Amino acid sequence: MSTAVKTLAVASAVAAALAAQATSVAAQSKEKCYGVSVAGQNDCAAGPGTTCAGTSVVDYQGNAWTLVDAGSCETLELPAMADGTTRHGSLGLLKRDLPA
Amino acid sequence: MQSEKPDFSPLPNTAGVGYKPQHFNDLIEHPGAVSWLEIHAENYMGDGGRPLAQLRQLRQDFAISVHGVGLSIGGETPLDPAHLARLKHLIGWLQPAIFSEHLAWSTHDGQFLNDLLPLPYTDTTLAHVCDHIDLVQEVLGQQMLLENPSSYLNFASSTWEEPAFLDEVARRTGCGLLLDVNNVFVSATNLGFSPEGYIDAYPTDKVREIHLGGHEVDKDDHDAPLLIDNHAALVADPVWTLLDYTLAATGPKPVLVEWDNDVPDWVVLEGEAAQAALALEGA
Amino acid sequence: MKQFISALMDAHLPAPDGLQDGMAHTAGRRFDVYRNNVVHSLITALKVGFPTVTRLLGPENMNRVAGAFLRAHPPTDPRMMYYGAAFPAFLESHKQLDQMGYLADVARLELAIRQAYHAGDAPAMPSEHLAEIPPEALLQTKVHLAPAVQVIRSDWPVLDIWNDAQTAQSKAQDVLITRPAFDPIPQALPPGGATWILALMQGAKLGDALDAATTEAPQFDMGGPLTLLLLGGALVSLE
Repeated sequence: MSTAVKTLAVASAVAAALAAQATSVAAQSKEKCYGVSVAGQNDCAAGPGTTCAGTSVVDYQGNAWTLVDAGSCETLELPAMADGTTRHGSLGLLKRDLPA
Repeated sequence: MQSEKPDFSPLPNTAGVGYKPQHFNDLIEHPGAVSWLEIHAENYMGDGGRPLAQLRQLRQDFAISVHGVGLSIGGETPLDPAHLARLKHLIGWLQPAIFSEHLAWSTHDGQFLNDLLPLPYTDTTLAHVCDHIDLVQEVLGQQMLLENPSSYLNFASSTWEEPAFLDEVARRTGCGLLLDVNNVFVSATNLGFSPEGYIDAYPTDKVREIHLGGHEVDKDDHDAPLLIDNHAALVADPVWTLLDYTLAATGPKPVLVEWDNDVPDWVVLEGEAAQAALALEGA
Repeated sequence: MKQFISALMDAHLPAPDGLQDGMAHTAGRRFDVYRNNVVHSLITALKVGFPTVTRLLGPENMNRVAGAFLRAHPPTDPRMMYYGAAFPAFLESHKQLDQMGYLADVARLELAIRQAYHAGDAPAMPSEHLAEIPPEALLQTKVHLAPAVQVIRSDWPVLDIWNDAQTAQSKAQDVLITRPAFDPIPQALPPGGATWILALMQGAKLGDALDAATTEAPQFDMGGPLTLLLLGGALVSLE
């Protein structure tokens, strides 16, 4: 690409982006800064808090994985890979015992 | 980012709650009996974003107490200098009314276990704890408070009773004390001593803050009641009674309700704070 | 303390010596309270930090995978909001999870969202600053992006999976995370977009970043990714 072509490409991309932003900003409600949602997916971003409380739950020991329940991966369908190989999310995995 | 704020020091002798982000809007709109908040230091040691933005706003309306859960004051190994530096930064901009930590350990050789673990009370651990508190107070340039733990077991090697140990730490370092009344009740039940006797032996003149929280009832191997300090329930009736007994000795103090797991709607937590405020009126 | 820690992490070991109840019996399951606190709190931290991985695996499986992870990689920093940085690589290194090859990339995306959430604040520059640059100077311009900006590249439809799409459309997805206010927003990037933004993050001029992107994807148009950055409040300053 020549410098002139590149300059044109960048300049028109900048103009298009600024125009897109101008339309979009008008529609956006600005700064919902303190609308807090701890439930749902925002929660993952919040990260866990630390607590000085105690609990009494069963211990999960690390050296014998027996995978027991089915996650949502069981029904996940994924498109074939570039070479046509089909790929599955999980099928056949979950009933196996996994050594650590 | 530092903004002007009203001077809230010292912490008022009123009711406060442990701050949970889900209560942010409730606190701004109808704080009710709650006039001050306590935060866990470690949750505000990020670089930016919503947690710090909320804190900057809350400090305009509420006195703030910073409660550390990760310094490992009771550990054998030296305090983590990076963590201490983060704490100094937080205390520096936030200017809280109080900083407190626990008589417990959580870090050993750089490994953090995310729990408040117990220590034996001996001359050796006394010296470690005092060294660590001296360092914290020197770095922060202010007095800190030390909180009594909830105990599930005793160390055969202990040579000090807990109230005397805390008294000696406070005498040597000049730190103040945070008296967790629920922890006293939990430890007393679990280890078979009188909670009132603990308060009688405790240096109540050094108390600058009081904690309350919920516990749950479990059983040990011998079918004896084992109380778990889970901060996931209403404050138990005998703990309210013990609060009255404690306030009679200390006089009015800042009283905090902690609720960390299964956090309830604001109205429930505010109700607990209102009950604490009522107890303070009677004190 | 070493014995105490070993016994905390391995429930098959006996409780440490010298621990008693109030009647001088050995501590027994009283010590389990601490075991539970440590293990449960760290598993909870991982579940809260990786909700999509948890959903994909199932909560009980996640307990087991997280239980293995926390023993292999206990925290070294008291801030739980940063715990789990080694989790994606841990998932990847376990042959048993090979059939869920996307799992590590989903974990990387969740980790990046969490990092964006806690990243430093940087006000977006007024967009006029960009409009004021003469066209002939644009190629030589560098842009500084907000600390919250993250790019995740994946051979998997990682954003579709994160969005709980049961039938993913894309074969592979590169993802841009911006934080216009306080909530991170992950969005799919067109081919070349990730290379372009990563080049900018490394200090490349707009012209050089464009070269890198068009080498990878000849049809690359920087208008789309630039719009995402502008809308995401990700442009902090120009140089």
